Amino acid sequence: MTETNTISGNRGLQVEEPLIFEMGCEGRSGVDLPDPAPVDLDRLGGVPRRGKTGLPDLSEPQAVRHYTRLSQKNYGIDTGFYPLGSCTMKHNPRLSEKVARLPGLADLHPLQPQQTVQGALEVIHTLAHWLKELTGMPAVAMSPAAGAHGEWCGLMAIRAAHEDKGEGYRRRILVPESAHGTNPASAAMCGYSVESIPAKENGRVDLDALKAKLGPDVAALMLTNPNTCGLFESEIIAIAQAVHGVGAYFYCDGANFNAIVGRVKIADLGIDTMHINLHKTFSTPHGGGGPGSGPTVLSAALAPYAPVPYVIESAGGLELVEGARAGTKPFGRVKGFHGQFGVFVRALAYILSMGSDGLRQASSDAVLNANYLLACLKDVVSASFDGPCMHEALFDDRFLKESGITTLDFAKALIDEGYHPMTMYFPLVVHGALLIEPTESESKETLDQFIAVVRGLAARARTGEAEGFKAAPRLTPRRRLDETLAARTPVLRWKP
Amino acid sequence: MSDKRFTKDHEWVSVTGTTGIVGISDYAQHALGDVVFVEVPDAGRVLAQGAEAAVVESVKAASEVYSPVSGTVIAGNQAIVDQPGLVNESAEDRGWFYKITLSDPSELGALMDRAAYDSYLKTLE
Amino acid sequence: MRYLPLTESDRSLMLAAIGASDVDELFCDVPAAARLDQPLALPRHQGEMEVERAFTRMAGKNLSAGCAPFFIGAGVYRHHIPAAVDQLLLRGEFLTAYTPYQPEVAQGTLQVLFEFQSQVAAITGMDVANASMYDGATATAEAVLMACRITKRNRAILSGGLHPHYLETVETSLRYTEISADVLPPDPLGFEDLVGRVDSSTACVVVQNPGFFGGIRDLGPLAAICHEAGALLVVMVAEPTSLGLIQSPGAMGADIVVAEGQSLGMGMNFGGPGLGLFATRDKYVRQMPGRLAGQTLDVDGKRGWVLTLSTREQHIRREKATSNICTNSGLCALAFSIHLTMLGGTGFGKLAELNHAQAVMLEQKLKAVKGLKVLPQSYYNEFAVHLGDEVNAAQVVDKLAAKGVLGGVPASRFYPSWPELAPVLILAATETNTDDDMDRLVAALKEVL
Repeated sequence: MTETNTISGNRGLQVEEPLIFEMGCEGRSGVDLPDPAPVDLDRLGGVPRRGKTGLPDLSEPQAVRHYTRLSQKNYGIDTGFYPLGSCTMKHNPRLSEKVARLPGLADLHPLQPQQTVQGALEVIHTLAHWLKELTGMPAVAMSPAAGAHGEWCGLMAIRAAHEDKGEGYRRRILVPESAHGTNPASAAMCGYSVESIPAKENGRVDLDALKAKLGPDVAALMLTNPNTCGLFESEIIAIAQAVHGVGAYFYCDGANFNAIVGRVKIADLGIDTMHINLHKTFSTPHGGGGPGSGPTVLSAALAPYAPVPYVIESAGGLELVEGARAGTKPFGRVKGFHGQFGVFVRALAYILSMGSDGLRQASSDAVLNANYLLACLKDVVSASFDGPCMHEALFDDRFLKESGITTLDFAKALIDEGYHPMTMYFPLVVHGALLIEPTESESKETLDQFIAVVRGLAARARTGEAEGFKAAPRLTPRRRLDETLAARTPVLRWKP
Repeated sequence: MSDKRFTKDHEWVSVTGTTGIVGISDYAQHALGDVVFVEVPDAGRVLAQGAEAAVVESVKAASEVYSPVSGTVIAGNQAIVDQPGLVNESAEDRGWFYKITLSDPSELGALMDRAAYDSYLKTLE
Repeated sequence: MRYLPLTESDRSLMLAAIGASDVDELFCDVPAAARLDQPLALPRHQGEMEVERAFTRMAGKNLSAGCAPFFIGAGVYRHHIPAAVDQLLLRGEFLTAYTPYQPEVAQGTLQVLFEFQSQVAAITGMDVANASMYDGATATAEAVLMACRITKRNRAILSGGLHPHYLETVETSLRYTEISADVLPPDPLGFEDLVGRVDSSTACVVVQNPGFFGGIRDLGPLAAICHEAGALLVVMVAEPTSLGLIQSPGAMGADIVVAEGQSLGMGMNFGGPGLGLFATRDKYVRQMPGRLAGQTLDVDGKRGWVLTLSTREQHIRREKATSNICTNSGLCALAFSIHLTMLGGTGFGKLAELNHAQAVMLEQKLKAVKGLKVLPQSYYNEFAVHLGDEVNAAQVVDKLAAKGVLGGVPASRFYPSWPELAPVLILAATETNTDDDMDRLVAALKEVL
């Protein structure tokens, strides 16, 4: 490949950009503020700031250009196909952004008198209603801030329920080996020990192995469904019965709810609690890593332990309950204020736009797209399981055997072709996993082009072009980065 | 010269008299990849066989080092703390983790010798 | 449907390629008993106009802060956000990107996080900060867990000046752990004795500065006592703009600093999402929860950024991870960072002075209200007031609202079982308040009291 050397170091639209700390110059400002009235600093408890913060001074045009240039070094869903399995990278509707910015919703303080925020409470209440109807569950805790936070919330409700029944001795949680790492981590935060249960050849939980591990000291099973291999747990009802049979609860990790919205009623599967990632299933922006939102539905047995706050209908309108109420035993509070309200607005806008018919169609299209990719790739890329899959298709690195190319190399080559890679090396239950989740947002044309590219790369891999793969990506603002250096000699902040 | 004895968790111990030197096997360092961080036990710490004694981390993996023998730690290897890459370069020599005074040398009997460990590794492939 | 590109003919062709006659066949693993064969009895899809109308109607039922003299704080603060912040947030490459797991195509997010970490470390006076947590409350809970890991002790002392939501969140987080918490009673006057409680079993003392009721304290002596006892000092900052005017927690000896970052860049949004800031000393970095961006080089030797020290996290350590947290608050961190960049060091200091001056002016004007006493000796932009022994602050706030004035938060909303706090009202002033706002608050207070 020939490189054009430039004087600036920039290459067309690939522009080098320093840190803000390397651009600042005292005497500039990007904000004009009125001059404060001179005040004595004797009201500051004897500890006024001494010395400068060290923050750089920039003007507005410099700041705007800086962030614009940085944004151009990012790949987003708006940029192109982003088949990151398990992460559900679907289109983020712009109407959701528009309504979330209405001053009547955005410029509200959480502690205003409740009579002045009835519309905001209606947003929460309406969204809660949809989540309950879509799952068939009687209650939902709206406040968890993300999926992992919702897992913890569900487990806290389980622990509280067992303690209340005098069964606090239940301390074991069973988790399939294919689970997200958050599952065991959340269990540990509730004082539970974690045991892994194996999968069968077909990628589903081994029911006999599960039964062998169940006992009177088991608090719950945590099961992702559809599971992290993109498969529906076909024996789920028998699993739920076995779990309930020993007095344990069934926690479902709802990370993959987007595959089955409007097609499966969660309550009918025997699930006691499940978190819902609004940022996945209901298309709120991932924003480079958050904010998420993880409302957690609860069965009748667990509902009394739901954390505060929550919204109820009362004589005077909607009421935000912030403390214990007769007949309930909330296990506590999981975060400040009332949940990720800004995310609620966006999720509800998506839900109202799609409606019950659209949500069902979205699940169907997501599953159809994944099965189409599976069908069109499985003769050249080794599929871990036979179809049908749900919303994502799992492949492994058997097709790369003897090529000297790893899953990582293959993924990096996709970057040069203009795609964000699939999820790699997760789930851990297959070797060199490649997990592809197309979502319902992609057209057949996009999928066909992607299929052609993957087939082309697979053909190249077979003919032994390892060096080309090892050198990828070549066309990005930065090429492969040295993660060992970063971890051995951590530089975690700018220093003068 | 003492012979190394190995555990199924890929630790080794090499004993002279009642003093043992403990490390992780070359197989283990290779499986971990570039080691970026280690934590070794302080002198004086009393360890039971199988207890968590040290930590070794690569970019994508973290693992505990379990003591292959019971005893009292004499010293940790500061060199690998300062330069974790030494574990990759020389896992079974300069990349040792800690020295320990054995409290029950009979424990060694249950550990594998080199030949047994090599055949154990074959079963993992 | 506007978000779904597949046509009926696409679907038929794709089903044929798969070898299925109907999409229902793809759901064959779902037990028949749980299958929904028809859409649920919920509304059908709607166009943009209809949905926007629904939200405009709900928004119209609220009294938004911009339409009233507004003096509410207590953990969420109304500040002016430069117009550029929101415009930049809406760039799709920021908005619609995932966690930067593929660093070659995420250098934008990673550099932002590195700059964000640097900014947070700078304003808190600490060595290192992470890429953010959910909010101030959860960050405080994580700080307690971290302090217990570091000290290998199981007792935390929680100041009565801590925001009640943070207290409740910490207590909830500790509920099924081995850790116990000494929770001090609410402390509107700032008289509590923390120093006398620290002993060799203490893992950490958690204190908020400025406190929930507004008071500011010199944390130096407390830090010294903590360190003598082998305990850590955790400092919570609910209003980060205060750091432009008050000595940083790091300079006062804090070991862990947590903060709610909402004040910068984000707006109030009815209390969520928030932005948890988390900073500590270099020596504790491996016990820190949450994501970290770090500097490195690419194969061509160019400087770049990656996520690093990931072995602390749940996707590698599973049940032994420092936390179960998987996300950060990426977009909120970006908003915070852009706002702080636009302020710069000079603007950050000036904004803080302005806020303090506003609160001083509010105190002056409140002197006209008979029976009202400002409680804390010191404050930044917020203070608790006592309205008189027989006065119920919650009723006052409701009457003010009826007059179109959003006049603070009654302490009883958080402390319903503390009758002595019934007359206490917490008021905040920021740069967004005008003189006229303050006059209207004072006039309305005079009328309802």
